[in-house]
Amino acid sequence: MKQLVDSVMDWVNERIPVSQLYKEHMADYYAPKNFNFWYYFGSLALFVLVNQLLTGIWLTMYYTPSGSEAFNSIEYIMRDVEYGWLLRYMHSTGASAFFVVVYLHMFRGLMYGSYQKPRELVWLFGMGIYGVLMGEAFFGYLLPWGQMSYWGAQVILSLVGAVPIVGDDLTLWVRGDYVISGVTLNRFFALHVVALPIVLLGLVVMHLFALHEVGSNNPDGVEIKEKKDSKGVPLDGIPFHPYYTVKDIVGVVIFLLVFCSVIFFFPDGGGLILEAPNFEPSNALKTPVHIAPVWYFTPYYSVLRAVPDKLGGVIAMGAAIAFLFVLPWLDRSKVKSMRYKGWMSKVALAMFVVSFLVLGYLGTQPPTPGKTLAAQVFTLIYFLYFIFMPIYTTMEKTKPVPERVTG
Amino acid sequence: MSNEDVNQGRRWFLIGSTAAVGAVGAAGVAVPFVKSWNPSARAKAAGAPIKIDISKISPGERVIAEWRSKPIWVVRRTKEALDNLPKLDDSLRDPRSDMDQQPAYARNPNRSIKDEYLILIGLCTHLGCSPTYRPELGAKDLGGDAWLGGFFCPCHGSKFDLAGRVFQGVPAPYNLEVPPHYYEDDNTIVIGAEEKA
Repeated sequence: MKQLVDSVMDWVNERIPVSQLYKEHMADYYAPKNFNFWYYFGSLALFVLVNQLLTGIWLTMYYTPSGSEAFNSIEYIMRDVEYGWLLRYMHSTGASAFFVVVYLHMFRGLMYGSYQKPRELVWLFGMGIYGVLMGEAFFGYLLPWGQMSYWGAQVILSLVGAVPIVGDDLTLWVRGDYVISGVTLNRFFALHVVALPIVLLGLVVMHLFALHEVGSNNPDGVEIKEKKDSKGVPLDGIPFHPYYTVKDIVGVVIFLLVFCSVIFFFPDGGGLILEAPNFEPSNALKTPVHIAPVWYFTPYYSVLRAVPDKLGGVIAMGAAIAFLFVLPWLDRSKVKSMRYKGWMSKVALAMFVVSFLVLGYLGTQPPTPGKTLAAQVFTLIYFLYFIFMPIYTTMEKTKPVPERVTG
Repeated sequence: MSNEDVNQGRRWFLIGSTAAVGAVGAAGVAVPFVKSWNPSARAKAAGAPIKIDISKISPGERVIAEWRSKPIWVVRRTKEALDNLPKLDDSLRDPRSDMDQQPAYARNPNRSIKDEYLILIGLCTHLGCSPTYRPELGAKDLGGDAWLGGFFCPCHGSKFDLAGRVFQGVPAPYNLEVPPHYYEDDNTIVIGAEEKA
């Protein structure tokens, strides 16, 4: 039997290097031995991606992308299709879970300097994934064709109209009608289920290839490739499989515990995952009293609202995301990890996290003068984190980085 | 293969011209993909004019009709509301309707053909939400005594007066749009077309 398997594998390997790929990326891929809690979220993101793809494919089997039928087909999925409710809740909750996991994954990168040389491209591909993910979430949110789907898309598409001169024509072109209509729904459906997933998968492959080329960072920000044994194996590295595959399975189990609790007991997430107005069919003549995007967009939505000028607001919102892309070139610090950076970096990161959370909260609230002022203050803090980064990372006193990873 | 006997100039010319012709071809192929996103003939046809019967609107009332899937408001303003309009001029962005948000025949202090009837596209000029109609004087949540009736956008808090003129200090940049329209007779307004000369 073993002989047969070996000869089949030999036959395959002479034609496509399967065994070599497995070794390079699993059994002989050495990851630092000091990964902690924060390193669960990369593999979890992959896990949620698979969940989204599977449930998404199944949902398209029952969903009808048309202005007259979309809302009804969601009800059909929820009431008539066997386990349709579960497939849909797995998908809708999965979208929120994706952002939870990705935000924590990104915070890990900020904390341990995982974007610094030589991992700039890992970070850029990751930001690309984040961008596509936001597109996926936006296009997908229109598909249930409820009131919030409709008016949310109306608001966000109107942002295109802020472009000087050609804005109105551009909005008309993107929408394909004089208002959001079934035409818009159909093209969003195509983008959501075909175009963007292809781009997303491509970026995920690039993200992992770039990561495996330079090797993973770790909580100490020490390059483990600099200290190797006689066989060329990093002294502080352990093979990804079986060590981290097994560790990540623990992460998946705990994640599933939380994920399933939400699916089964709080599928609307108290209005955060599925918003109440979205249980009403879309109506082009009536705006819901309060429009708020889904929670993962609210920080940027706050930035948009904080600027009392349409074009200015759109530019600020774009800049809030664009700054993240250039992060590897803003951080001038000699050390990677927050463990060895100075107090200024620590305070700056803490302020940034607080401002992101507060902006996120404010974005879910109706605008009042006091809340608008608060949004303006925290928008300023958000930007100062990036703008002053080249300065405080250069002037602050850092602690010595150990030769080898610690515990 | 050696590159010694290669005519580099000719090689670059061939590469350059092939790339240029290819780029023109790619641009040509992109046309149907880009153009197909424009409103279709069917969507354009759905933009045909509509008629609204205004005989049953009582003073202070607003009715909503649909044209090109957009909400069209017809508000019958009271005498008091019309008298209040000039008082607001100082707190508005564009009190004299200088921006092109209305046909020429509605570029007047009341932004309407007949003083009484205000006709607007009911979409906020900020991000396209549909503002709510708040005709009551001195609404507490809208600035108390200073509020003389108007429209309030729940999305981002933009305010408009009873001529659809935008207030200062709100996100909306322009006055609410007045659609092309004319009076067919005393009781009928046609939305989406201009009176033929």
